[in-house]
Amino acid sequence: MRVGENLPSESFEQLAIPHFERLYNFACWLTHDRQEAEDLVQETYAKALKGFSSFQPGTNFRAWIYKILRNAFLTSRTGLKATATVPLDLEDEEEALLATKETPETILLQRWDEQLLRQAMEGLPVAYREILLLCEVEELSYQEISATLVIPMGTVMSRLSRARKALRGGLQQQFAKRVN
Amino acid sequence: MVCESWKAKLDTYLDREVPEEELRAFDTHVRSCPSCSADALARVQMKRAIQIAGKRYTPSAEFRKRIQQKIASKPLRSFGLGWTFAAAAAAIIVVGTLTSVYLGTRSGRDQVFSEIADLHVATLASASPVDVISTDRHTVKPWFQGKIPFAFNLPELQNSEFTLLGGRMTYLDQTPGAHLIYDVRKHHISVFVFQERSLPARLDENLVSPKKQPFNLETWSQVGLRYFVIGDTSAADIDGLAKLFKQAS
Repeated sequence: MRVGENLPSESFEQLAIPHFERLYNFACWLTHDRQEAEDLVQETYAKALKGFSSFQPGTNFRAWIYKILRNAFLTSRTGLKATATVPLDLEDEEEALLATKETPETILLQRWDEQLLRQAMEGLPVAYREILLLCEVEELSYQEISATLVIPMGTVMSRLSRARKALRGGLQQQFAKRVN
Repeated sequence: MVCESWKAKLDTYLDREVPEEELRAFDTHVRSCPSCSADALARVQMKRAIQIAGKRYTPSAEFRKRIQQKIASKPLRSFGLGWTFAAAAAAIIVVGTLTSVYLGTRSGRDQVFSEIADLHVATLASASPVDVISTDRHTVKPWFQGKIPFAFNLPELQNSEFTLLGGRMTYLDQTPGAHLIYDVRKHHISVFVFQERSLPARLDENLVSPKKQPFNLETWSQVGLRYFVIGDTSAADIDGLAKLFKQAS
């Protein structure tokens, strides 16, 4: 049985509660607001509970509940605002890296600063932020991310690659701001 | 050109999203290619940093309670199997809990091993791998005094193939420790010493390194200190140096 897949006999509570803290963390990153994140998580659990009869036992509950949370976010006021400001050509966007000898990795290694990285992550467009969080923090597989975001596997890989590149650019910008 | 094709898929390899056979080929290449090795290390560091920075928000106990109350005692699936089901469910919970504890411990342990391997590689790749350069243990040992919150002994290396190159301070999960570098037949070995109680994961005695590690590693606890000996040399060399340290402590 793969990570995230559930036993067919488990109740909603047994399946849903282990994801609570991670869902809340993910919601906070999406909304940038703890109160909104609480509302989002609450809405997610309410929708998931209501729709649990449509959930196929033995399939991936984790991807299913993240998908509900993400959809709830996208239809919220904050979500609509966030996605409205994302450039339409996001998938083709190339990040211009600053001309500096410091690479993002050396910045992190030599001047470890969690705040710097968080600022860079917060500054990412929501499409990049969410895929990066799902992969690196929530440790979802590409297949789970594909199911959660409803995008093909190829898009998962290309978007993830661009998200990482954008983060590197953001990190360099944050670092340059601090130096200047 | 060979490296370019590896590097193009580096993130996918590090995400472990390629077939096992390809992963093994990648591991073999990285071990023999300093450029890909450095690139892979940098990306692993970045992944780890994102993981740490990303786990930022914790829900309040009150909010957790509220959610639990909302979804508690609402079993949606009735299986009608009475006590048989209850017993099976209890067994699943027990097994699940034990598995979670095991996986949690293993995950923490693997993370420590990965950190140690990263420290070893990153130091050797550095332009100045040691802060105190000396082959004399009587010079290296006193250098750590006042820099780390414990003392330790360094072994006598006469009649052995090992040579002490020097030492530096290091940190493992914000815990200060000593990092010593030895040489044996042109291979470098790192020895790390930390206070056992300060480490993030509890490590058992006689642990072997995880299969994914391209290094040989030995670790043990002695008089409240946790030792790690790691290097790309043979297991016998690692064990030989570990024995010298055990005798000296």
